[in-house]
This record gives sequence, C-alpha cells and structure tokens, in this order.
Amino acid sequence: MIQVKNLTKSYGKLKVLEDIHFEIEKGGIYAILGPNGSGKTTFLKILLGMVIPGSGEIHYNGEDILKSHEYRKHIGYLPQIARFPDNLTVKEIIHMIADVREIDSLPEPLIALFGLDSFLDKKLGTLSGGTRQKVNIVLTFMFDSPVIVLDEPTAGLDPVSLIKLKSLINEEKEKGKIILITSHIMSLVEELADEVFFLLEGSIYFQGTIDALRRKTAASNLEHAIAKILEP
Amino acid sequence: MIKIFKYSFSDLMRSRWSFIYLAFYLVLGFVLLFLNNDLSKAVITLMNVIVVLTPMIGTIFGIMYFYNSREFTELLLAQPVRRSTIFLGQYLGISISLTLSLVLGLGIPFLAYGLFQSGEIANFLLLLISGAFLTFIFVALSICIALFNSNKIKGFGYAILMWLFFAVIYDGIILLSMMIFQDYPLDNFALVASFLNPIDLSRILVLLKLDISALLGYTGALFQRFFGTSLGLSVSLGLMLLWVIMPGVLMVRKSSKNDF
Amino acid sequence: MNQKSIILLLFALCSHLAWANTYKVCASCDLSTVEAAVAFAAPGDTLIFEPGIYPSPGTEIKKPLTLIGKEGTVLDGQKQDYILKILSDDVTISGFELLNSGRSYTKDYAAIYIHRAERFSIIDNEIRDSFFGILVEKSNHGSIINNKVFGEATREDQSGNGVHLWDCDSVHIAHNEVKGMRDGIYLEFVDGSTLLNNYSHHNVRYGLHFMFSNHDEYRQNTFESNGAGVAVMFSKWIKMIENTFVQNWGSASYGLLLKEIYDGEVLNNKFDRNTIAVYVDGSSRVNYFNNLFRQNGWAIKVSGGCYTNSFSENDFEGNSFGISYNSNLNDNIFNGNYWSDYSGYDLDKDGVGDVPYRPVKLFSYIANKTPEAIILMRSLFVDIINFSEKVSPVFTPDALVDNSPSMHPFR
Repeated sequence: MIQVKNLTKSYGKLKVLEDIHFEIEKGGIYAILGPNGSGKTTFLKILLGMVIPGSGEIHYNGEDILKSHEYRKHIGYLPQIARFPDNLTVKEIIHMIADVREIDSLPEPLIALFGLDSFLDKKLGTLSGGTRQKVNIVLTFMFDSPVIVLDEPTAGLDPVSLIKLKSLINEEKEKGKIILITSHIMSLVEELADEVFFLLEGSIYFQGTIDALRRKTAASNLEHAIAKILEP
Repeated sequence: MIKIFKYSFSDLMRSRWSFIYLAFYLVLGFVLLFLNNDLSKAVITLMNVIVVLTPMIGTIFGIMYFYNSREFTELLLAQPVRRSTIFLGQYLGISISLTLSLVLGLGIPFLAYGLFQSGEIANFLLLLISGAFLTFIFVALSICIALFNSNKIKGFGYAILMWLFFAVIYDGIILLSMMIFQDYPLDNFALVASFLNPIDLSRILVLLKLDISALLGYTGALFQRFFGTSLGLSVSLGLMLLWVIMPGVLMVRKSSKNDF
Repeated sequence: MNQKSIILLLFALCSHLAWANTYKVCASCDLSTVEAAVAFAAPGDTLIFEPGIYPSPGTEIKKPLTLIGKEGTVLDGQKQDYILKILSDDVTISGFELLNSGRSYTKDYAAIYIHRAERFSIIDNEIRDSFFGILVEKSNHGSIINNKVFGEATREDQSGNGVHLWDCDSVHIAHNEVKGMRDGIYLEFVDGSTLLNNYSHHNVRYGLHFMFSNHDEYRQNTFESNGAGVAVMFSKWIKMIENTFVQNWGSASYGLLLKEIYDGEVLNNKFDRNTIAVYVDGSSRVNYFNNLFRQNGWAIKVSGGCYTNSFSENDFEGNSFGISYNSNLNDNIFNGNYWSDYSGYDLDKDGVGDVPYRPVKLFSYIANKTPEAIILMRSLFVDIINFSEKVSPVFTPDALVDNSPSMHPFR
C-alpha cells in the first residue's frame, strides 16, 4: 500500500529526514516514535502532501503521491492542533470537509458517540479545546478511508472520550485499515500499536514490534526501552 | 476553489472585524454626507481616504487571517484538493468580504443621500473600483509575504513595512530622485515610477478626477497625452488589473512549492 | 462749446433728419448692388437690404449712412479684400451676414474695417470665414453690440482677431460672441471703454487681450476654453467684474494673466477649472475681492515683483494648489478669505478661524522647481512634508499667512 523510498528532507542545512526507506503492506496500527525534532511530523506531512520531499518518493497503491492529489481521498488525517475558522458552526465545518473531499461521509454516529449534538449550531471559536478535538476526531473518522493518520490524537481529551477514541481506532483496525499514529504517551502506543518505527536524527533507528524493541534494549516496557535508546 | 471561497467568505463575513470595518465605512459615509450634504465633495474626501486605507486594511486582514488559519489550512492541505485551489479560495474569501464591507459601507449612505439622482454615479463607481482593486492587490501581496515567512512576527512586520513602503516611502524616494535629476527630462520616469506602485496608480485615478487642471499645465507631450485623453484612465485600470494578477500568480507558484 | 456752435449743430441735425431718405436694395430693385447703393445714397440716408447674396469686395463707406440687412442678407467679400470699409463718422451696420474677407500675411483684412470714424454702430451682424472680424482703428464713441464672429482657426497664424481695437476711446462692446479666432477680443491703446456680457470661447490664443489700455472696464463676460484665457498687460485702472473664466486648460494657460498691471480691481469673478486661475506677473496695487476660485490647478501664481496687492473675501475651493510663489518674499496681503482645505477651528464662533492659514504649500514650491513631481500630488508622503513645512516654514514665505481665514464660503 505505502512504499517509502530513500526519502530525504532538509530545511536549509538542517537534515530532518535522511534516506528513509520502508514499506507498509498490510493493515494494522503503526506508531511513529522519536524524540522532539526527529522528523515524525515532517514525515507525516510529506505523506499528506503538505511538505515536499527533498528527494525520494512515496508511493501509494503504486502511484507517486507527488504527481496527483487524488490519493488523499484515501487518507484520513487528524491534525495535532484542532483549530478551525472561528465563525463557522460545527455543522458547517462537517459539511465543508465532506464537500471538499467529495466522498460519502457518515458523521452522525460519531456525533452521537462524542455527545456533540448540542454543539452542532455553536460557532467553533466558542468551543473548548477538548470539544474542538472531538470535532477534529469526527472530521477524521466520518470517512471510510483505508489509511488514517493520527498526529497526537489524545491532546486535550477527557478519559471517557479517550476510551471511546481507542475503541474507535481498534474498530478501524479490525476493518483492515492502515493507521499511522504519533504520540508522546507511551502507554497508549503500547496498548494500540502493532509495529513501531523509531526515528532518531532523521533516520529509522528501529522498525519492528514493541516486543522486539523491548528485547533489543532489554527493558521492561516501551517507555524504558526508549529512554535507553536516547541515553546511551 | 468556489467551495473553499464559500466557506472562508461566510466565516469572514460573520467575523467581528468585518462588522467593525463595515461600521467604519457606514459612519464615515454618513458623517461626511451629513456634514456637507454634498455628494461630490464626499466622494473627493473618500478618494483621499480610500487610497491609503484600503491597502492598509487589506494588508493587515490578509496577514492576520493567513496566520490565524494556519492549522486549518494544514487540514485543508491534507484533503484531496489542489494547493492553488485552497489559497485562491481563501484569497478570494478575504478580498471579496473586505470589498463587500467597502461597497455596502459606502453604498448605503450614498444611496440614502440620492446617489442615483446626482451626477456623481460614475465617480462613485470609480471610487469603489479603485478601492476594490487595492484590496485585492494588498491581500494578495500580504498572503505572499505570509507564504514566504512562517514566522508570524517577522511576516507581520514585513507586511506593515510593505504597506508603508508603497504608501509613503516609495513616493519619497521618487520625489527625491526627481529633485536630484531635475535638469533631465523626467516625464517618462514619473509615469513609469507611478505604474510600479499600485497606490500611485489609484492615486492617478483620483488626480484625473480632481486635479486635471493642474496636470494639463505640465508641458511634456507624454503627460499631455496620458492625462488629456482617456488613455490615462484606461492604462491605469489595465495596470491595476495586472497588479492583481501578478501577486496572485506569485501566490499560486509559491504555495505549490512551499512546505507547511 | 459756445452758443453759436450749438445752434449750428442743432440746425445741421434738423436739416439732416428732414432730408434723410430710406432706399430698398434687392436683386431686382433699382439699387441692386452694395457699391451702387452706397454711391447713390446721400449722407444720412438709410439702405435696407432684402435677403440675398451681395458681392462686396472692399466696399468703402465715406459718408454717414445706415445699412440694414433683413434676415438672410449676405455680404460676400469673395476672399479678396475687406468686406466693408467704414471711413466716415456716424455709420451704422446692422443685421448682415458677412462672409469671406481676404486673407493676407501683410494686410489685416477684416470683415468690417473702421478707420477714423466717430460714433459707429455695428449691431446684430454675423461674421464667418474672415481673417479679422471687426477691426477698428483710431475711432471713438462707437458701439459693437450683439455680433457673432466665428472662425475655425487651429493655429495662431491662420486667423486674425475677432474684435480688434487699436487706439480708440469710449467704445462699448456688448453681447458679442467670438469663437475660433486668434484672440477673441483684442484692445491696444484703448481707453475709457467697456466690455459687457461678451462670450469669447475656443479661441486659439486669448479670449480677451488688453495691451497699453487704461481706465477700461469689463463685466459679466464669459471666457471659456481659450488657448490661454484672458491677458491684461501693461495697463492701468482696469476694472474686472463678475466675469467667468472656465476651463482654460493647457501648459502656460490661465484664466487671467495680469502682467504689469497697476491699480486694477478684480471683483466678483468666477474662476472654474483653469490650469492657472490668475497668473500675476509684476503687478501692483490690484485689489482682489469676493472672487470664487474652484478646482483650478493653481488658484493664484505669483511671479516677479508684485507689491501691495490685496486678496480678501475670496473663496478658494478644491484647487490643486492654492497659491504659488517663485520666491519666498511677500508683500501682498491675504486676509479673510475662505480656504476649503483650512483645517483650523473656530472656538469663539465668530466665523473666523482661530489659527492662521498658510496658503503656500511646500509641495507647490517643489512642483515649481520640478514640474514632473506633480504626479505625486495627494500622496501621503507629500501630505507629510507639507505638514512639516506648515509647522516650521523654511522654503515658503514665512509672512504669507491669512490671519483671519473665514469658516464659511462667501458666495
């Protein structure tokens, strides 16, 4: 499904990604981990077409993503920061995104799930950060996209909603989707992820299951494993 | 593009700043007309105001909107649409909502004071057209500045500097160089220099209306041809259009290469 | 005048009236040509012309006669000579159309030429396609009323003047219309004359041109779209009242030029959309009162030595430049005018602004030196430098202020 070939990106002299190379073929939850500035967000942005790579290619279903924007119909994206036009209502933003993507959407169950019914006619500028993040989640999951990119999905969520989100993610995984996730919360990653990509200074330091990573670093859990990598 | 435009326009039209801008023009229009009850004098005053004000508002709104909606723009970029579509849609949204505030804010008082019964309709339209042009031009320029500068503070500074440059500094430089080279024929230089600044172009439209008597006092044949015939008006409007297109093209090209 | 001469004069007048006859002139009449009719008529007779075209190359009138043309009577000069030469006192020409005088670079051919004639009357005539219109030399106490002189000149050397007076006294010129000539009305060495309600427009050079003429008055005339408006030169005691100067546009064009004028009066005139409304060059003791200056390029441009001129109760509205000086010396008085761009206030509500007004802007000084800079007019930068000059004058005459600017227009 997704092939990343020799992906390199630098901002000025700063190399953010260096010769990244991997493939994702089957469905599952893939966590992209790494310290701040390791290139996680840059990689996701390249995948989503927001950042143009210095060299290398990403292929989606065998097609180069730089050539067309149509492939983004198949990728759902949950951005890290949920900010929307202040003067549109929740209902309008849902319509807008559905309008722009031009594919079928099913927001109603999600609205009910996160209890957003009473907010539908409220302006986005008046919502709290947590509520905005719920709207963000609805916008991502209301499409039946085969690939879903989640950038720090738990930011600002209350525990109840967090549980709902996790089960939502697992449901999508059951449908055989590819889910890419970044997070600083290791327990979440440990709970969800099937496979981990660990980025360090722009390169893939480790790729494999969480168990493999633990074995490699001889640590008891993911958090410690990562701490060991970062503090030699 | 129409979809993006539709939503960003309806977002902006409901924003507090649009209402303040609209209210400002409403008050300005009514106060001017109330004070002297003379449409022609009010149009003259407004021409002087618009030449300076619309570029400033366009610049500030353009850059503010762009930086404020950066996260949302990223969300849009992840959607299956062309980049140029997103930026042109937002650009049209800002420009058209500002222009609408201008048109409504001045149109309502002038209609109330009998615009259609007066002979001022052509001048009033000229006023609105040059105001609209300046809005479009400076919104586009400020979006370009924002695209080149991801640092908000820097971008905002550059945008204000750009406005200051076109509104004041540019004319100062031109005037100074004219005074230094006053022994040489300068009419080509004067005209070309004005073409390179959209504020000067719209100022020429104002001059054509208010100061034609003085302009025709200048001996240069080129001036005479430019200001004495309809050439001045049509060339100025044509160049304004070019001034809208150029930053628009720059915006599309820069946005297609930019990283967000 | 003694008693004897009065009696003689009365006698002459009575006898004249008693024997004056009226004759009809037409193609089929006994008198069928202008030349024959004029030769036949006795002094004091009246000739009435029936409609028709009468050749009249260089007809000379050497006795007091009255010539009246009915509507449609045309005197054709056949492009050879003057059409009518009036060389006698007491001649009246009325109601004719005069066409085709000669044209020459050496002789001033005119449709009506008057030479050393007293008490002439030229009334209700229409002159076309002629070199000069009405040319009067060394003649006094005449009137030129309700005539039209139309030419189609586009260059100065193509045409003479519409009404041209040289060395005359006490002539009354009223209700005439002149267009498309070199000067509309030209007066040289003409004293004690009046011009009333004439309309002089689209002439190549001046609408009205005074030279070396004193004690004249022109009133209620309109001068529009002439090459350079009205020029009054080297003259004294001229009164200019209630005239309208409109759209005299072009480089070096003005509504009114006063060159070497002393002791004149400029009252109640209207200057509308002229490149320069009034150009004052070396003129002194001229009083400008209650004039309206509207949307001119320059309302008043002062050049050369101009002393003790006074400007008061004038309205200055929407002129690109109010007053322009080419030096920073001033000996003229501006007091109590209305300036539409005055930004002061009137706290004591007496109708007079509490802060003085400076009519000379720094930018007008710059535009004098660098004319192309005019393209920067109304720029924010120009406003800023004008403001700083207003606060501390360096380049503009320090003493040139209107200390009691009016808050309201006078007209």
